[in-house]
Amino acid sequence: MSATGVVGVFGYLDDAVHALTELKGRGYTQLTVYSPVPRHELDAVLAKKESPVRLFTLVGGLTGVSFGFFYAIATSLDWPLVTGGKPIVSLPPYIVIGFETTILLGALVTVAGMFLNARLPKLGRSPGYDPRFSCDKIGIVAFGGPSQLEGAREVLRDAGAEEVRDV
Amino acid sequence: MATLAAPVTDLSEPTYAEVNRDIVATLAPPTRTWLLGMGLVVLGVAFGGFCWAYQIKDGLGITGYTPPIFWGSYITTFVFWVGIAHSGTLISAILLLFRAAWRTAIYRAAEAMTVFAVMTAGLFPILHLGRAWFFYWVMPYPNFRGLWSNFKSPLVWDVFAISTYLTVSATFLFMGLIPDVAAVRDMAAGWRKKVYGVVSLGWKNSDREWQHFGRMYLFLAALATPLVLSVHSVVSWDFAMAIVPGWHATIFAPYFVAGAIFSGCGMVITILVPLRKALHLERYIQVRHFESLAKLCLVTSTIVAYAYGTEFFIAWYSGDAIERATFYNRAFGPYWWATWTMFTCNVFIPLLLWFKRIRTDLRALFVISIFINIGMWFERFVIIVTSLSHEYEPWQWAYYLPRWPELGILVGSFCWFSMWFLLFVRFFPVVAIAEVKEALPPPMRGGHR
Repeated sequence: MSATGVVGVFGYLDDAVHALTELKGRGYTQLTVYSPVPRHELDAVLAKKESPVRLFTLVGGLTGVSFGFFYAIATSLDWPLVTGGKPIVSLPPYIVIGFETTILLGALVTVAGMFLNARLPKLGRSPGYDPRFSCDKIGIVAFGGPSQLEGAREVLRDAGAEEVRDV
Repeated sequence: MATLAAPVTDLSEPTYAEVNRDIVATLAPPTRTWLLGMGLVVLGVAFGGFCWAYQIKDGLGITGYTPPIFWGSYITTFVFWVGIAHSGTLISAILLLFRAAWRTAIYRAAEAMTVFAVMTAGLFPILHLGRAWFFYWVMPYPNFRGLWSNFKSPLVWDVFAISTYLTVSATFLFMGLIPDVAAVRDMAAGWRKKVYGVVSLGWKNSDREWQHFGRMYLFLAALATPLVLSVHSVVSWDFAMAIVPGWHATIFAPYFVAGAIFSGCGMVITILVPLRKALHLERYIQVRHFESLAKLCLVTSTIVAYAYGTEFFIAWYSGDAIERATFYNRAFGPYWWATWTMFTCNVFIPLLLWFKRIRTDLRALFVISIFINIGMWFERFVIIVTSLSHEYEPWQWAYYLPRWPELGILVGSFCWFSMWFLLFVRFFPVVAIAEVKEALPPPMRGGHR
């Protein structure tokens, strides 16, 4: 089976940034970068759009606050027992319930948003991944047709990749 | 997988590979010390379980409860453990938002401590119930009687606050662990590789994963920050909403939050001093981390001292005879020994932390942290028991001391907490691999390393 991509293994961040800049400059769009830690230098080259996870947080939080108040109010009306001489629907104490459900649903939906967008859990294999990428090496995988892969190999080697191989 | 190396003498800045090697080495097969510790805490848990079984069999009459004191050591210990839980989220979330880089080496242990402390705290309201098997009645669920929880009751707020805190802090801990578990997976072999592979959810350190993970982590921190401040406020309202003298005070929420952070930081020191030595983590958990924790203890100790002073001052300044009598009784009545233990441990002994020599001496810090733990348990005992023992009607004044089953359950709770923590350090990286590396300068051909 012919290769669909090529991976370069880098020991230095500046080399990896150089290779990535070069690949982007040559029009490679299908790129995956593996790095042991997130680095803003790599993010700057990849220039990705803002993560939509924040929208999940907003939706989760708004759902939470609505649910908390609705639940407290609806159940008070369903069982209208006067306690402590207070009105059946007493909003100040319900702020606590609304606050807690805001945080709870906000947090859980944020996590769900991360899972969806990062495509986790990942059951299959990740092309080009190497266990060294969770330790001290940075991996850049470029995908494309045979002619593009030849160019990518050259860029990765020239940038100082310690190892270049097909995936 | 690597094994535990000899005691660390090299305290230089590690490389990325050394971080992986050293921290994964802490997951080596259990040592004799670990096994011995685990054996002891399991025995302690079993004794606590026996005490509870005795209580279930014979009822709450076996406790020292004396009318009208029906909140005793269980509620004291509940508040104590909720308080312990606070520093974890403070260190992991609040210090993250403030970009305090020193948190990276210690936050994982503090977060794990938080989760296990809330798990321990959550047992106590159930233990405190005469019929523990009806604890689910506080949950608002549809039922054939058409009854719902009373959402105006602080005890129901507490159910929401504590369960939200447990869920969010456990989520925060697990999310932070994912990249580190993936690093462990990549260094493991055989069945361990498979298990860590499943737990890491197939994490591969890709740019897509890091991008969304970073956002998620930041928003979780932003949500956890008001949560941590609210939880102990809600716990304090269990008391402050009642008209019991000594409880009905607006200062309670900030007073409890400061006390919680104080006790939590104390417990982090108590745990980290032996942990650092046992797992040879001297290169990562350094004296400067302990010094920062000691400073947090010092600051929160002064806030707590101020709150104690305010309580006494306002009792006098209010001119309220009952309030004055309650506080006089607190300091000079039959519970003087508990109150002065509290003052000594929480106000006077922490004054030693003004001295840098003490803040950087781990043995001294360890001893002081034990006093803080003791003092903060007594603080809750003083607030709860002395107030209930000396309410409005003199014929109701009473004296309560916990009896042996209650003390057995108290000891059992420490063992239960320690058991989870020992299991955690055995199977998960107790220092955050990725975040420690993030704080290091990256390997650069054109510059350093």
